[in-house]
Amino acid sequence: MIIDLILLSVTTILVNNFVLVKFLGCCPFLGVSKNISTAIGMSLAVTFVMTVASAATYLVQVYILNPLQLEYMQTVAFILVIAVLVQFVEMVIQKFSPALYNSLGIYLPLITTNCAVLGVALLNITEQHNFIYSVVYGFSGGLSFMLAIVLFAGVRERLETSNIPKAMQGFPIALVTAGLIAMAFLGFQGLKL
Amino acid sequence: MKSVDVVKKGLFADNPTFVQLLGMCPTLAVTTGVANGLGMGLSATAVLICSNVVISLIRRFVPNKIRIASYIVVIAGFVSMIEMLLAAYLPAISKSLGLFIPLIVVNCIILARAEAFASKNTVGKSALDGLGMGLGFTMALVLISAIRELLGNGTLLGYAVLGSGFQPATMLILPPGAFIVLGLLIGIKQWLTGRKEAKHNDH
Repeated sequence: MIIDLILLSVTTILVNNFVLVKFLGCCPFLGVSKNISTAIGMSLAVTFVMTVASAATYLVQVYILNPLQLEYMQTVAFILVIAVLVQFVEMVIQKFSPALYNSLGIYLPLITTNCAVLGVALLNITEQHNFIYSVVYGFSGGLSFMLAIVLFAGVRERLETSNIPKAMQGFPIALVTAGLIAMAFLGFQGLKL
Repeated sequence: MKSVDVVKKGLFADNPTFVQLLGMCPTLAVTTGVANGLGMGLSATAVLICSNVVISLIRRFVPNKIRIASYIVVIAGFVSMIEMLLAAYLPAISKSLGLFIPLIVVNCIILARAEAFASKNTVGKSALDGLGMGLGFTMALVLISAIRELLGNGTLLGYAVLGSGFQPATMLILPPGAFIVLGLLIGIKQWLTGRKEAKHNDH
């Protein structure tokens, strides 16, 4: 079982990277990657929320939606759980660690609309993960987001000082760069686990 | 503002994909083929029009503090309906779009229009704004997916267009192709805008 969990984790981070292969969480990936320190802050917050959201939505599905046969309310229920969770996390961090709150503060509300969070919650159900698998999947998904965004932010910091044709400046060159990073990640597809 | 202008704004001047750079996840993820792009675009348009209308109707009753949460619930309701309709009537599209149909809930275009337009304007105008933005999004998705499907697979809507001698650039329908095609298209758009401005300054 431990081996399976480690394999799930490695596959999620390298082979089926949430951002670069599954396209989940592209908005913050492109929006909050101008420098490495904010990228790390954002991805720590996302990893935390994804892990907790995986656990919470799994419990909601198994103990509320399934017994009441309300599966069709899944999307509505999950997004509410996530919104409440993000609000709660924000309050807890504010109370117990004002320093962390100040560095993450602005990103926390954004996480509600990060599709990686709702995505991982829905994937856990469609892939029929049990509770432990769900939590590990959520955590690894967060790490895969962190790996992608930190690599990308590193390249973008260099782009700031390079000479780019006027039309490609800003967003276009960032997207092409992301494409090249995604191409490098395709190399992991050959990984037989 | 005239009604036609409200619709046109979403298609061109304020195009959600190429100008506002919103809703990047579905734009990148589902544009591997024209059928998928069109399906996603029209589903999002339907949700956008319905949610804009309802949010415009309730704009006077929703307390300011919980407005975002209320908007998300309205949007999620419509997304669930579209999800079930697609599963019932267009199972093939429903299957190939998969996870990205429920993820319309967190498509930032829809929440952005709710917050920036529907919560401040009349029902009629909000519906038109939803239509314009939705069609602008659909147009962008169809353009991107047409390029990717044609060059990456040699087909359009599944029909072989380029003869058998054509060597498809498979990379374009793989994930990296999505980033690169979108990046180049936005680059072309910025180049055109830059040229227009330069011409304008000459006069």
